[in-house]
Amino acid sequence: MFAALILLPLIGAAITWLIPYDRLRPKVLALFALAHLGLTIQMLSSTPPVSPDGWFCLDALGKIVLLSTSILFLACAVYSIGYLYYRRERSNRVLCVALLVCLSAASLVTITHHLGLMWVALETTTISMAPLIYFNRNARSIEATWKYLLICSVGVALALIGLYFLAYATIVARVEPSLLLDDLIRDAAKLSSGWVHAAFVFLLVGFGTKMGLAPLHTWKPDAYGEAPGLVGALLAGGLVNLAFLALLRIYQLCLATKEILFFQNALIVMGLFSMIMAAIFMARQADFKRMLAYSSVEHVGIMAVALGLGGKAIFGALFHILANGLTKGVLFLSSGNIHRSYNSKSTDHVRGALRRLPWSGGLFLAGFIAITGSPPFAPFISEFTIISSTFIQGRMLIGLIFLISLTVIFIGMAMTVLPMVMGEAPVDSETTSYRDTVGTVGPPLILLLLVFLLGIWMPAPLMTLLQDAAALLEVHQ
Amino acid sequence: MISLADQLLVLVLLINFILLGTSRLIFSIRAVAVQGVILGILPGLIHPFSWHLVGITVVIITVKGFVIPLLLVRAVRSAEIKREVEPFLGYVPTLLLGAVFTALSFGFAGRLPMLPEHQNFMFVPASIATMMTGFLVLTTRRKAISQVIGYLVLENGIFIFGLLLAEAMPIMVEVGALLDLLVGTFVMGIVINQISREFSSLDTSRLTSLKEE
Repeated sequence: MFAALILLPLIGAAITWLIPYDRLRPKVLALFALAHLGLTIQMLSSTPPVSPDGWFCLDALGKIVLLSTSILFLACAVYSIGYLYYRRERSNRVLCVALLVCLSAASLVTITHHLGLMWVALETTTISMAPLIYFNRNARSIEATWKYLLICSVGVALALIGLYFLAYATIVARVEPSLLLDDLIRDAAKLSSGWVHAAFVFLLVGFGTKMGLAPLHTWKPDAYGEAPGLVGALLAGGLVNLAFLALLRIYQLCLATKEILFFQNALIVMGLFSMIMAAIFMARQADFKRMLAYSSVEHVGIMAVALGLGGKAIFGALFHILANGLTKGVLFLSSGNIHRSYNSKSTDHVRGALRRLPWSGGLFLAGFIAITGSPPFAPFISEFTIISSTFIQGRMLIGLIFLISLTVIFIGMAMTVLPMVMGEAPVDSETTSYRDTVGTVGPPLILLLLVFLLGIWMPAPLMTLLQDAAALLEVHQ
Repeated sequence: MISLADQLLVLVLLINFILLGTSRLIFSIRAVAVQGVILGILPGLIHPFSWHLVGITVVIITVKGFVIPLLLVRAVRSAEIKREVEPFLGYVPTLLLGAVFTALSFGFAGRLPMLPEHQNFMFVPASIATMMTGFLVLTTRRKAISQVIGYLVLENGIFIFGLLLAEAMPIMVEVGALLDLLVGTFVMGIVINQISREFSSLDTSRLTSLKEE
């Protein structure tokens, strides 16, 4: 089962590489994405047994991330059929192959309990996304790709130092040297505290860079801004969650050592700082894709704060993995459509999107309402859980900063989004061949419906899954 | 054997200084290649013989000593650049900083809670000094190629630390990490080519069109 989940996308990558027709490739991509989702659901309903050496194990945390990644990936793959039709001027071979390689590595991150292997897979997702950011082949996208590649590679290298320190802590403690999560948790009390402490610092900085927590987020606006919409969706809704899962694994380990308080405080500080940075840069943002990138900085901040708070907020953080991932899909895919139609991503040119593209404009507006945490969408539930738990825990200052940032972000985002979708399109606006079709509107619409459904009704299996996952992250005293 | 390993590590440190002090890109790439070959030899000196060891030695020497340098040399040739001109920080200051960092890392490593049998090894100070060198090169140089070299030196520093934990790191993970490094460098090489085509220079300080006002 585990091997199938990894190999299926790789086989797909090999096949798409061999296909000579640009029209056919996205369809094969979508087919493999569908098969991957099928396999995911199968594995979620009947959990496969832990592999004998303990390397592979699908626990509740992995399940949540795997599910959200797989759904988002399928939506993006189906969207690519419609989208790439408008990008016929260049070959899409590298795009399709890299997407499938990334899916394979992403699945590996979710199912492995070996921290070293998880690191390798995470680095693979970073590298496989680089050619996708450069899809537009111009000076701006090369700059974004370079920043992304260098900053994320160095960040992930720092995480590797952290892992090495962790491994050395086991050697110093004279327990069986290992990087298996379960072994480490078992021996956590005996580990040499100095090395463990240093390890957590490096791991937090490393995975924090990959996730885009401020002040390590500098690559994010560039990469998200220059990448095509569907790549942005996968970066903001998929890769971010994988890095968050890596942090969750470290968190699990922290729970078993004495370092948890330090780690929680560091997460809260970085999370709040991310939200404040996002609030500052979101206002007056003239490029709507960069605005979405700052929204992503905000939401990784929210997840980090929630993780730092612990208790009930953990549930919010875990639900936010799904809610944020799917909503980001809606926003990036519909913004990609708007970008295609106006051939510009500057808010000076993009006006009256609701008139010109009723579907994409409407989806973008609805996505904005959802991501800023308004009911009845799913992010409302997760954000409300997190805010209420700050006050229940009596941490008024955190709750206050959290609320103020959310409000400022709402206003800042509205100032960009509302003029974009309302009013009349400028008369001198460029006419392009792009029209809303089922292929380009359907996938974000379905994602939006999911976000809406999750906002009003939580299916029982999902509830159990979230509770199981939250139980893994509870403080035992 | 350990004393030989220590001498090789001194060589690694010397190469760090060469990297900090030279402006010729091809020369830097060669120096990193030599560093890679030395790193490939080291595991054989501190661990007992096994076929796994032979395999990993061969892989490391090929990847770090030959394949990656070759990729970079090709990128430099096609971009037609020879020198790093005007780094953000001059060569003499970076050399001095490098010396300070190396001295500090020896002092720092002495205070770390090491295993008694690792106490007198040079691995940890050499590893920290090499990582710091990598960071220095990454942050003070303008050319994209120099930044890749800095990244490779950083990885080399991490690798030296990894030698202490051969038991904890299964071969699959080591090879995976090496493969990621290789592919990463390959992609960076391609990006470098594109940068030189778009900007007709490899100067990353010209990559400013995305700066936030």
